[in-house]
Amino acid sequence: MANAPGVRGRFEDYALLWLLTAVIAVLSAVPLARLVLEAVRPGGVFSLDAIRRVLESATTWSATGHSLVVAVGGTLLAVTIGGLVALAVTLTDIRARNAFVFVFVMPLLLAPQVVALAWIQMFGPSSALLKMLGIAPPLGTPNPLYSPGGIVLVLGVQYSPLVFLTLRAGLRALPQELIEAALAGGARPRTVVRSIVVPLMTPPLLAGVALCFVSCLGNFGIPALLGIPGNYLVLPTLIYQRLAGLGPDALSQVAVLSVLIGLIAMVGIVVQDAMLARRDFRTTTAAVEARAFELKRWRPFVEGALWTLSFLTLMLPLVALVTMSLVPALGVPLTAKTATLDSYRFVLFMHAASHRAFVNSFSMAAVAAVMIVVIAVPLAYFLVWRRSRLLHAVSLVTEAPYALPGVVVGIAAILLFLKPLPIVGITLYNTIWIILFCYVARFLALGLRPVVSGYHQLDRTLEEAAQIAGARLFRRLATVILPLVAPAAAAGALLIFLTAFNELTVSALLWSTGAETLGVVFFSFQQGGDTNYASALGVLTICVSVLLMLSTILLVGRLPRGVLPWRD
Amino acid sequence: MARLTITGLTKAFAAFRALDDVTLEVGDGEFVAILGPSGCGKTTLLRQVAGFDRPDAGRIEIGERVVSSVARHVPPEERRIGIVFQSYALWPHMSVADNVAYGLTVTGVRDPERARRVKDALALVELDGFASRRPANLSGGQRQRVALARCLVTEPSLVLLDEPLANLDVHLRASMEREFARFHARTGTTMIYITHDQAEAMALADRIAVMDKGRVLQYATPSLLYREPADATVARFIGEGIVLPVTVAAVHGDGTCDIVAFGATTRMRCAPRGVERGPASACVRAAGLRIVEPGAPGVTMRTTGVIYQGGHFRIEGVVESAPAIALHLHVEEPCALAEGSRVTVAVDDGWVIPAAALG
Repeated sequence: MANAPGVRGRFEDYALLWLLTAVIAVLSAVPLARLVLEAVRPGGVFSLDAIRRVLESATTWSATGHSLVVAVGGTLLAVTIGGLVALAVTLTDIRARNAFVFVFVMPLLLAPQVVALAWIQMFGPSSALLKMLGIAPPLGTPNPLYSPGGIVLVLGVQYSPLVFLTLRAGLRALPQELIEAALAGGARPRTVVRSIVVPLMTPPLLAGVALCFVSCLGNFGIPALLGIPGNYLVLPTLIYQRLAGLGPDALSQVAVLSVLIGLIAMVGIVVQDAMLARRDFRTTTAAVEARAFELKRWRPFVEGALWTLSFLTLMLPLVALVTMSLVPALGVPLTAKTATLDSYRFVLFMHAASHRAFVNSFSMAAVAAVMIVVIAVPLAYFLVWRRSRLLHAVSLVTEAPYALPGVVVGIAAILLFLKPLPIVGITLYNTIWIILFCYVARFLALGLRPVVSGYHQLDRTLEEAAQIAGARLFRRLATVILPLVAPAAAAGALLIFLTAFNELTVSALLWSTGAETLGVVFFSFQQGGDTNYASALGVLTICVSVLLMLSTILLVGRLPRGVLPWRD
Repeated sequence: MARLTITGLTKAFAAFRALDDVTLEVGDGEFVAILGPSGCGKTTLLRQVAGFDRPDAGRIEIGERVVSSVARHVPPEERRIGIVFQSYALWPHMSVADNVAYGLTVTGVRDPERARRVKDALALVELDGFASRRPANLSGGQRQRVALARCLVTEPSLVLLDEPLANLDVHLRASMEREFARFHARTGTTMIYITHDQAEAMALADRIAVMDKGRVLQYATPSLLYREPADATVARFIGEGIVLPVTVAAVHGDGTCDIVAFGATTRMRCAPRGVERGPASACVRAAGLRIVEPGAPGVTMRTTGVIYQGGHFRIEGVVESAPAIALHLHVEEPCALAEGSRVTVAVDDGWVIPAAALG
């Protein structure tokens, strides 16, 4: 040991560092590079043909136009709802705040395609709920949601929690003294909001806007359910249809389309990064929350408005969905006599693909969550405590698959795994493993964030004490660091599980017989007109999601603040 | 047990020199305090010795082994030293016994020897019945002792203590101070004690290294530091010394000299060599100042504050002919002095700061 000090200790450090770098490269940089390569070198030969053909096609530009319309529209709606709710929840003295935040944020953690179906069931001639109430429009009336307006409405509701969350985090970091100084200077609450709060909240608001825009742009489930019936195609649904219709032959074209949507999304991502970088972190350490404005006699009205909002945008659609899942067939009204659990029985016990999908989605979500935690704990260690410059640069890449629309990652994975892997000769395409790969790549950033904030809250001397005691890196990670960041890692794992469990965008592109996910089975039920089965499946996934969200009450007090969106 | 030899250690963070050519030698079994205000570089020095950071220049040897140099860096886990952290850094997910046993487990010590050594270490810090407790269920003083037991159980050759009493209340500090002294006497381990509290350093250390701005200003026994500060900074920092501009009138061979301060002549201690006639700085302390009858030889002072401190008054004032120079001294009860009065102060004892460190 005296001759070669630290050789083994340093070996562990370097081995882990380079292993992590390699894993991240394979998960993020390699697929995206492959995608861009395909756009300019379709089939391995340099050619701008594919680009030219895609750019000359009128469909491309109509889908791009549609994408921009629904993304901008959805963002505007989400900012209006999310912004007002964030101000009301954070700055005023409303009661039952935690319960409201839980309910308001919930749509974000539910599958967008299920939410879209729930909304469909609120309108239109075949709505079981409207039929039960006797106010269904006559048969043949088109469902008003099958329109750009419908897509904007559901996108806006789905992503308003995103704006709410970024704005709320910003408001919490707002130093109390700034508000108090204005109040002491004689300003009325309304003036304070207008002259102090809103100007200071511009960076987080713009970050929320950008995040929301990218999410709306990349969403597949909502425009798939609401746009495809009226042939209103956006870029993700166009890519899906091209690939489903033409198969791998259309790969160069969809690669170009993916690059196109990726470039549009990049605008949003760059704005978001620039705005978040402007946040003044010095103020966040003073965790004193602004004193709530007293609403006095207005309080019941504000509370009433908030709960009415979540009744209309969450509970009512869910009731419509549950109603639909209980009727025996499309068009039958729900009465005590017609109510049946047949749909549930069918999807749970009789339909083989549903059964496989439950197993697949459950196990892939769980495995992805575990794998990401295994990557994220050492990765965050090097990022936060060792301040590794190499990994810091690389970690920017981990954000890309999560920030970019899901179709981009899906198409990139197809290109990467269509041919057998070199050396081992195994083909991942058309297996469940390609979906799992995408889940790990796509949701790594989601799991990394809570773990990073977990490290920030830990005293590093806890690790140094273990080091002084003689423990090398692997042992320190296993015996000291992992147990300490476990709560944050569990929160990250849960977020990943919920997201992967409800996932559709990637699996719609990558599924194959035997490798169906719940999203895929749900989507094909709905496409095939089996709305009652789709509804039953949707209700079941919602139950699983809500139960998991509620289970986090067990982790109370052990989590860094703000890692779980639905926990206030 | 081992010597610690630090030679020419330098560490810079960007343009800031946290350590500037630090040289220090700690003998086997010695208890040395590193004393200085916050930001003086003492924590940086500790992190170099522990191996958490690499120096830019210089070297550190523990025993005969070079552990830090520009070419060679032994990682902390291979230095076989112990640290008591300011925050204690007890692992919250482990029991007291598991915390103490960790260092043994890591180095391959197994039961029953491990259990015996943990038991002995806990007995040494008088925490016999606490083995199965969690750190969260202990008081501040108990946590401190667990940290000490955890550090000593592996019998490290060198123990670093990073402001270990900073988080304890005054009452507990005194008893923990005695405990550290007892420990050092019993185990004979070489100890480096980082602190900004000079009372702590004086009470515990065999020798004290006073640091400021990344440099070691003086390294000496507590008594020598107090009586014979090497420069004006040390003089002011230790024991609230007063630095006066004086003129050396005559140097005697016996380590004393005659000096003139503000017109008054008095005798002061000085280094046997190196002091010459002419302008110099002298360090005097409250205990060496005395109010005398008006007209007697002394310095005329205008009082600016009279503060009762229980049993005596602290009199603060400025030299009338040089208002930038503040003086303070103690006067027994009763005291009729009021703020703004003029008194004559005689200098009974003082130390001429060696000319090399004039400032």
